[in-house]
Amino acid sequence: MAKAKVAVWKFSSCDGCQLSLLDCEDDLLALAGQIDIAYFLEATSEVVEGPYDVSIVEGSITNLHDAERIHEVREQSGALITIGACATAGGIQALRNFADVGEYTRVVYASPEYISTLRDSTPISAHVPVDFELRGCPINKAQLLEVIGALLAGRRPRVREHSVCVECKQRGTVCVMVAHGTPCLGPVTHAGCGAICPAYDRGCFGCYGPMESPNAAALNAQLAVNGAEQIDLFRLYRTFNAAAPAFKEASEL
Amino acid sequence: MAELASCTLEREAFDSLFEALERRGYGVIGPRVRDGAIVYDRIAASSDLPVGLTDEQDGGHYRLVPREDAALFGYNVGPHSWKRFQLPAQRTLWRGKLDEDGNLSDIVEGPAEPERLAFLGARSCELHAMGILDRVLLGGSHPDPAERAAREGVFIVAVQCSQAGGTCFCASMGTGPTAQSGFDIALTEVIEDGRHYFVTAPGSDAGRELLAELPTSAAGAAEEGAASAAHARAAAQMGRELDITDIRELLYRNYDHPRWNEVAERCLTCGNCTMVCPTCFCTSVEDVTDLERTSVERVQRWDSCFTIDYSHIHGGAVRQSAHSRYRQWMTHKLATWIDQFGSSGCVGCGRCITWCPVGIDITEEARAIRASEEAVHAGAR
Ligand code: SF4
Ligand code: SF4
Ligand code: SF4
Repeated sequence: MAKAKVAVWKFSSCDGCQLSLLDCEDDLLALAGQIDIAYFLEATSEVVEGPYDVSIVEGSITNLHDAERIHEVREQSGALITIGACATAGGIQALRNFADVGEYTRVVYASPEYISTLRDSTPISAHVPVDFELRGCPINKAQLLEVIGALLAGRRPRVREHSVCVECKQRGTVCVMVAHGTPCLGPVTHAGCGAICPAYDRGCFGCYGPMESPNAAALNAQLAVNGAEQIDLFRLYRTFNAAAPAFKEASEL
Repeated sequence: MAELASCTLEREAFDSLFEALERRGYGVIGPRVRDGAIVYDRIAASSDLPVGLTDEQDGGHYRLVPREDAALFGYNVGPHSWKRFQLPAQRTLWRGKLDEDGNLSDIVEGPAEPERLAFLGARSCELHAMGILDRVLLGGSHPDPAERAAREGVFIVAVQCSQAGGTCFCASMGTGPTAQSGFDIALTEVIEDGRHYFVTAPGSDAGRELLAELPTSAAGAAEEGAASAAHARAAAQMGRELDITDIRELLYRNYDHPRWNEVAERCLTCGNCTMVCPTCFCTSVEDVTDLERTSVERVQRWDSCFTIDYSHIHGGAVRQSAHSRYRQWMTHKLATWIDQFGSSGCVGCGRCITWCPVGIDITEEARAIRASEEAVHAGAR
């Protein structure tokens, strides 16, 4: 079988998700045996021209140049999969969607006149059709391998969309919300991390964004009973997936 | 079983039980404290038990608090159940190789010899739950050999509850608080007048043999009376109650009750209730291939009727709304289970109430539906 020709693209992001690919250590050789990395600037400056069988896209769209570039990527790609909270929900940089981006620019940059930016940070799916969205901040490398493997095998990836609680209980962790009163976003958050934070006695931070049927209003009511103030709830949801519709709404309740 | 001669074992001699189990080659699983709760895990001595602790439980609320005495079993059930050992949260059913044409070969099934385990501290509701889960997993025409092997060798030391928890309702379900069978040994803990001891009773030949090796004395009327008083105390302390009169018909009649919408507004569809329930048995089976597509394995893991994927059939998921998912769960536990397996699927352990992050209470939901019917009937009179 011919190897799949794969490109890895970066938009507005921190590179952490792309690095998960290089971080696949034990599986890197197997991966290299199955795919040809034709474009991956984070790993090599050698570039093979498109079209590509698979494009893996990291990052959100925050400027006009990128808003055009993503269409070029889409045109050259067979399957396009987006990875990480930036690409799937706009990322932490989408906090500016709730504020005045001009003011942010003046605060952050010494010479704001050189900055050309869009008002909002938006996910890739707001611009072009996406074949699969892999969530997380950062993504889980085992899930990334699963998505690539499934794509190569022509089957649906085993990436479940239920709550983090299911993983938390499978792992046998004691619920930090029920047993300690710690605010936890696990019940409204998409699984995938393996419920790491509750296993280390922390509430879930919501890195994977909203789960399949989030009921944040009900969770917020209980968090309030446990002592959370309005501002705490606001901060809880306004992180890496702040602009994901269900979390955006939850932070405004 | 309770008629069989009971004996007393002093607290100071309690570790002889661990020694006897160890001599027989059992790995002992029992209650111990981890991360602010009592979970089931490996234990090797009485000092590993939650000595002098109790648990405060209510809907969506659990806290460990100190007791005034040094009881070894002065609490009720926690977030773990023995289901974890009957039906592991995740296991590989088989592994195999794939050749270039995609043909399977070299299939290796299941885990090797299961370890012989002793469950120490199982409560009456839990013995009933194990029996119900056995019926589900082993009772049909295709019993799972790995589950059977794991279950058959288990030695059970039951502990009779001498107090009930805030979310317990085994008395309503007829599953407790005092175990009558389903154990090898049953213990009742008594702390009275400066003496700390256990009234022991065998429930099987293996239990009788093991007890004979321990430094026990015959129990007198006073000691047996103290044990009975402890059992009665637990029965009188039930934190919750569920009227199960015609419960199956009640729920079948109320498939379209507005209460399902009301509970759906509060339900997070997180699935915690099903994960902690000692009888919920839903799993999903996934085939995993490696990147090179040369090896494959079939993995089974806990799933839940609260996930959308769980009801996914050709064309989509059948139970999309929270309303239909909660209704499916509760109606299965209390009604359709009776048609399917000949008993209720609920033993009244209260875990789904305590460990629901928003404290949704199965007894309260059933009561609301029953009360609305009674109100209608009263109005009609
Ligand atoms: S700790 Fe958080 S993720 Fe885990 S079960 Fe509790 S609410 Fe869910
Ligand atoms: S339904 Fe709830 S109370 Fe009944 S057995 Fe399951 S967890 Fe226990
Ligand atoms: S009843 Fe409670 S534990 Fe069960 S799915 Fe709903 S919110 Fe989660």
